Order: sequence, then structure tokens, then C-alpha cells
Amino acid sequence: MHPGDMSACEIAGAVARGDISAFECTQAALSRIDRLNGSINAFLHIDAEGAIASARSIDSRRARGESLGPLAGVPIAIKDVLCTRNVPTTCASKMLKDFRPPYDAFVVERLRTSDAVIVGKTNMDEFAMGGSNENSAFGPVRNPWDLSRAPGGSSGGSAACVAAGMSPIALGSDTGGSIRQPAGLCGITGLKPTYGRVSRRGLIAFASSLDQVGPMARSAADCALVLETIAGHDPSDSTSLKADVPPYSRLLEESLAGVRIGRVAAHFTEGLNPEVARAVDEAFAVFRAAGATIHDIEMPHARWGVPTYYLVAPCEASSNLARYDGVHFGHRTDTAQILASHAADRTQKNNIDSDQADSTLVEMYRKSRAEGFGSEVKRRIMLGTYALSAGYYDAYYLKALKVRRLIRQDYLNAFEKVDLIGGPVSATAAFPLGEKTGDPLSMYLVDLYTVTANLAGVGGISFPCGLSASGLPLGFQLQSPALAEPLLLRAADRFQRITDWHQRRPHLEGTLQQP
Amino acid sequence: MAISRSDVAKVASLARLELSNVELDTMTRDLQGIVGFISSLDELDTSGVEPLAHPLGTQNVFREDIPTDSLSLSEALQSAPRHDGKYFLVPAVLGETGSA
Repeated sequence: MHPGDMSACEIAGAVARGDISAFECTQAALSRIDRLNGSINAFLHIDAEGAIASARSIDSRRARGESLGPLAGVPIAIKDVLCTRNVPTTCASKMLKDFRPPYDAFVVERLRTSDAVIVGKTNMDEFAMGGSNENSAFGPVRNPWDLSRAPGGSSGGSAACVAAGMSPIALGSDTGGSIRQPAGLCGITGLKPTYGRVSRRGLIAFASSLDQVGPMARSAADCALVLETIAGHDPSDSTSLKADVPPYSRLLEESLAGVRIGRVAAHFTEGLNPEVARAVDEAFAVFRAAGATIHDIEMPHARWGVPTYYLVAPCEASSNLARYDGVHFGHRTDTAQILASHAADRTQKNNIDSDQADSTLVEMYRKSRAEGFGSEVKRRIMLGTYALSAGYYDAYYLKALKVRRLIRQDYLNAFEKVDLIGGPVSATAAFPLGEKTGDPLSMYLVDLYTVTANLAGVGGISFPCGLSASGLPLGFQLQSPALAEPLLLRAADRFQRITDWHQRRPHLEGTLQQP
Repeated sequence: MAISRSDVAKVASLARLELSNVELDTMTRDLQGIVGFISSLDELDTSGVEPLAHPLGTQNVFREDIPTDSLSLSEALQSAPRHDGKYFLVPAVLGETGSA
């Protein structure tokens, strides 16, 4: 089999046995990336030199009989929201166009220790804000299943990379659905862990109480392998959980007999595309046949999920993005111009009202940020700043946090009756590029099925459950109580032993056709 | 509570964002739409409900007050737009009496 079509589990096993070299696997990935990235734009930075060097080092160490990490030789792509030491990390923003972090994110350190081979940084919606990867300052990502369509977002580059077979695994981040939704639209498997399961050190912050890093791959089994590598307590992240990390990849065997899965009737409104609805209900039938029982449940506050999210997240973002001021790193405006015009003002007008005019420094902040940020980022910063400002804080932010508690309570109540909640991950299959860019609100609604998991801090996984009549992937989502990733992964894995939707491939020149 | 153009201008100042006149108009329209959408939260009675900031309720995570390694000076300055080897450099605030 071409190494570019092997799973992470297969590559790890083959490299460990010496059946294939890390170099061969890396070369295969790099050559496919080189061939396909022009039309897909999944990668913002390809680190061929670094990847080859890692691969060669792994092969030498193996030849010397040294022990290798569990992901030795497996190529992995990293969403450009994660810091990679001295390697460009841009968050797909002009603000960080030339930024090279002085440190690795916790998850990147873990991947290096595991001997995974980092092939590059993937494209995304700017600062993780978006649902289609059209908010990137460096061009949109195209869905490998139909290049005129969006891959979803904000981890669109990682999703497209895996879907096109450019690497078997990738890391994404999920604040309101940004792993699960693009996984759904690109026909791959993506996991958002329980809040705090994976350290956020080195994850460039969007919304600190919602963000999580997670694996994206072509199977739940591969996601399990990656999760056990990156999960765990990090003393440098005070929100990271002290809970032990189970050996997820070895907990997939147990059957689903007796597992109770909830189905929410309210998910199936007119807004849900009928093909998606049918595929989702067929997936429920698969779970039933596998021994699970399906139960009707209600999530009474789910319909306020999107408005709650679009208050909490922008508020947190307005705080997190305040650090981009052109002082310590990132884009700084041309200050010579500001200084010149201030000097001119001073000589011409003796009575310049210094309370009205910004100081040079403040003008530097304002111009640097105006030049560095794209329009969606500005919109969310403005919304968050407004909602947190004096006189509005109680009515908006605090109100949203109260609704957040009601949404979390819905989950706690549901999980007294069921072990997992099933349903759609997206109301539609992949939509055309440009379809939603004219109306911010229509873009926000793509997060309909995913935001509540972030608000409640619970785990969620999405995986393919069908193809539309026009050949586009359709996705299914499972959500679990906090720290129930073993059950989440086991259920998705069982689905993938019974069905083969996850093995379908887009028809791209130079990649493997459908099996 | 409709947002006015002058509200938006004030918020832009708080957010340290410079917006052109055209952008101010667009932003006002966009924010009015979004805030209108978000106001559906008013449909819910949340009296007696405590706000939830941390989804799993973790609080007060401390460590011992023991100094550990941090970035070196050169690493910390390496991405600075302007620095002199010891400090980050910004335009001087020259002879201004008020703050903006």
C-alpha cells in the first residue's frame, strides 16, 4: 500500500517493525502535499527540511536499536494556531505573518517526543474565527471533495489535508465546532476532547473557556492514538485537568451492548437538510444493530446555544486579542508616518486638544490592529468589547454566562438517562465558497450543532455517516460526558468497523481512488 | 438597545481599532444585526441562575512560589518590531498632558 494511504496506526506499526522507513513515509507525504497544495491551499507552511531531518533521525535511531516513540515516522500536520518553535505560526493572519514563536506548544512538545514527523502548518480561519476557512488572510482552503466548496472551519486546512491524504493525521482546535464541523464536511473523523483534557499552552488563545486542541484523522482509532499522546495534565495550564490519561487506543474492543444513545427530536427541524437527516437516522440504526439502545431526550436550551456562544466567545476574544498591539511581537504599523503627522499637527495647531486626539502610542495600537486583523476578527473584537463595556456587561456577558449554566445543566440531565448523545454535526453538506461570506449571521449558524459542547465543556466526535446524492460527505456527531473519551472513541470505532463511510476518498488526481 | 454609530466609534476607541468612515458604517450595521440576534437570550428567565465561566467549575489552581526557567532575554526580544537588546522600543509619548 502507498504510505500516503496508510493510517497512523499502520504506519506506526510498520515503522516499528522495520517494514517501512520513516523517510519513505515522510517523502510520500511531502510529495503528495507538493502535488496537491496548489489546488487545495491546506498548508500555509511546509517544513520539508525539518520533516526529512526528523525522519532520518528516527531511522538512524531505529538502526542503532534505540527505542522509538509511539508515533515514530507518522507524518502529522499542525493547525497554524499552535506554536511551533522558530517555525512560522501565523493564525492565518497578517498580524502574525512573520511570527516565529520562541517555544513549542505543549502538544507539539508531546508530538516531538512521540517521534511524529511534523510536515507543516495548516491554513485556518483567522484566529480560529470562522466556519468555512474563508476568513484566512492567505486565501481560502478548498474542499478536496469539490474544489468549489468550503471545507468548513476553522480547522479547514487540517481537515482538507487529511481528507486529501496529504498526511494521515492532523491537529486542529475547536472553540465552537472548529474540529468537528470541518471533519463532517470533509468526510473525516475529528475529536474535541473534554475541556481541560489537553493543555492549551502554546495554543494561540481565541476563547479561553471554550478552546481545546484535538486530533483529526481518517478513523477514530487514529484519533485515539493521537489523543493518548497529547492529553494529560500540564502544570503550565491552570485549566488542564489532573485526571489520568487512559490508553485510549487499547480501549476500543468492548462491544456497545447496553450503551444508551440519546436522540434529540428538536435537532431534526426544517433547517436540517433531508439527506443529512436520513444519513443520521441510518447511523442511529447502525448503533441499534450494534447493541446500543436509542432514547428520545430533550436539550431544552439548545436553541440559545448559538447566541450564547456568539456572546461568550467574542467577549473572551476581545480580551485575548488585546495583546496584539504591535509592541512585543506581530505587526506594527509604520510609525514614522504617525510621528510625522503628529509633529505637523503640533506646529500647525497650538491648541490641539490632547484629550480628543490619540497619543502616538495609542495611534500605533489602533493602526497596527486595523492593518493586522481581518474583518471577521474586528467584528468579534468589537462585539466583545461592546458587550463587556460599562452599562452592558450585565445585560449581555453575564446573561450569556447564566444561559451557559442552563445549557450545561441540560447535558447533566441528559447524561442521567443516556451515555452518549447522537445527532447531526452540520445542517448541510459542504456549501459553496462565497455562499455565506456576505452575511456574518448565516455563517454563525453553521455552528448550530456544535457550540453547546464547548459551552458545557463536554467531549464530542464527528465522523462520516454517508454521502449526499452529489457525492459530498455527511457527518454524524456523538457527544459524551466530561472525560468519557474512551466511550466516545469506542462508539465511533465500532461504527467504523461496521460501515465503510470513513474509507471513502475524494477523487483527486494522484491520490488513491475509492477502495 | 440599538447600537448607534457613535456607540460603535466609542467601542472602536476602547478596542484600540482604527475604523474608516466606511468601516464604521458597515460595522454599525453588522453589530446591530448581531446584537439583535443575540438579544433572543432575553427570552429566557435566568433569575436565580449563577453565571458559569469555567465549564467544569475548576477554581483556585495554585503552584508553589518557586522560580523556574523562563524565556531568555534574547528569545523574548526576538520577535519585537523594535528593540535595543534590553527593552522593547515604542514611539515616545512626547509632551502630552492628557491620555487618550
